[in-house]
Amino acid sequence: MSGKNKDYRFTIANREALIGITLAVINFVWWYGFAYGLGSKPPENYHFVLGLPAWFFYSCVVGFILIVALVIVVVKFFFVDVPFEEEEGRGNGS
Amino acid sequence: MNVAVIVPLLIFLVLIFLVGFIASGSLRKSNNDFLEEYFLGGRELGGFILAMTMTATYGSASSFIGGPGVAYTEGLGWVLLAMSQVVTGYFVLMILGKKFAIMSRRYNAVTLTDYLKGRYQSKWVVLTAAVSIIIFLFSAMAAQWVGGARLIESLTGLSYHTALFLFALSVLVYVVIGGFRAVALTDAVQGVVMFGGTLILLVAIIIAGGGIPAIIQELSAENPNLITPFGAEGSLTPTYVSSFWILVGVAVVGLPQVTVRAMSYKSSQAMHRALIIGTVVVGFIMLNMHLIGVFARPILPGIEVGDKVMPLIALEVLPSWLAGVVLAAPMAAIMSTVDSLLLLVSSSVVKDVYVNYIKPDASPQRVKTLSFGVTSLLGVLVFLMALNPPDLLIWLNLFAFGGLEATFIWPIVMGLYWKKGNKYGALSSMAVGVITYIVIQQFFPTPFGMHSVVLPIILSFAAYVIVSLATQNMTLEEYAAQQQIEGNI
Repeated sequence: MSGKNKDYRFTIANREALIGITLAVINFVWWYGFAYGLGSKPPENYHFVLGLPAWFFYSCVVGFILIVALVIVVVKFFFVDVPFEEEEGRGNGS
Repeated sequence: MNVAVIVPLLIFLVLIFLVGFIASGSLRKSNNDFLEEYFLGGRELGGFILAMTMTATYGSASSFIGGPGVAYTEGLGWVLLAMSQVVTGYFVLMILGKKFAIMSRRYNAVTLTDYLKGRYQSKWVVLTAAVSIIIFLFSAMAAQWVGGARLIESLTGLSYHTALFLFALSVLVYVVIGGFRAVALTDAVQGVVMFGGTLILLVAIIIAGGGIPAIIQELSAENPNLITPFGAEGSLTPTYVSSFWILVGVAVVGLPQVTVRAMSYKSSQAMHRALIIGTVVVGFIMLNMHLIGVFARPILPGIEVGDKVMPLIALEVLPSWLAGVVLAAPMAAIMSTVDSLLLLVSSSVVKDVYVNYIKPDASPQRVKTLSFGVTSLLGVLVFLMALNPPDLLIWLNLFAFGGLEATFIWPIVMGLYWKKGNKYGALSSMAVGVITYIVIQQFFPTPFGMHSVVLPIILSFAAYVIVSLATQNMTLEEYAAQQQIEGNI
């Protein structure tokens, strides 16, 4: 199994893929929760924010801004730079 | 015919042509491996270009013409559905990520199929992959050409055949001579045009409608369902809308035209930048383009054909020269999808089939001539098909998007992260995915209220895991070899 020679870059890659899945789950829950949580009542009872129905405003507009913010935070603080070139030994075209 | 609309469109076409031409210069100068240079831009994309080429390749005619048309009919519920695509902005690059970039370099992979070849070491996996790419993407591409020509036709009043010729010529030349780098650079310009066009049109339409509150009020007065998440007839169920998270959201990881871009970037810094830029751009375009469709309704009621909403509303709310600039956006969306598909199909023919199996010892000069030749030939072939699209092609195009996702998603993703995945698992996953998708799409659309792509993705996952485990003992050597390449031993 994975000995001590395991490429450290793959550990980083695995963690970042898990972060991607977490973000997608947060994204989905936020999107679904606000859309159907606030949007399921009769339209005459809707609240409006900036002219848009509240469900739409929170789910799609705020949700989008939130995800952009999360992506920025995650990339700046959790993603690690790694080299792609092999150190030596392995044949590589470029 | 409206000259003020045509001039900006022509300027746009000339601009794209010039960018593609300039990009082809570096192809001629480069001393690197020709195939890697021509089909992958020498793996040198920076963050901005990477984000733009991913977004622009993915955002096609449907985001700019079809989507807003449906949003016009269905109301805000369709914008909600379209927002499931924001996830593509970060998900693909985060999931494939650095491991895919590193492994594709180790395998010396230039195409997605090369990657699968390196991972599974199986002729049958390679051939299945190459054939699916050639068949599905060829028909998808032809459908986009028809869309591009129809758009030029409706905007300029030229005949369909002239429009198609104009469209074909402007795309073909730069793709053939410039390869991937020309495609990526023109994609970046096209992406900027798409972004700018969306912004201008949104602002103009809100002003023309008397502000957002007034527009929403009118919509709700006409039919209150238009401002609910459930669509004009109340028929968009949460299950159905959510299932688009698979089709146009997370399963986009399996689309070869997107995936191949995840092996083209230069460094991890480029990838990090592309994650941020890509999420912003894809979300901005999807949100606003579909909102435009909804907001167009009170301003121009009674449009019967959905595809005409976007051109008509642009001409209605903008001065004609500016409408020309904005209508370059759907043009850009179509071109940036078509150019990538053309190159991808060509790479599949040249690299995956010819160099791999027909003539592995072909001289570099021959490979070079062949690459230019096949790309041009495919272009001409698509042109001829688009002149009078055969029914088979239209039928195949229906399956292209979901079919490719169901075919490729698990062999790629599980191949990266699950050591026990093997060639038998991959092969059965591909077969199960594509066959169940065609059967379900054809005979049982929307099973359990979900889009027809969902079940095939689940079934192909099961096939991958079960068959890989069952054949574990037959592939011990391959397993060891793979661990060797990954450096786990």
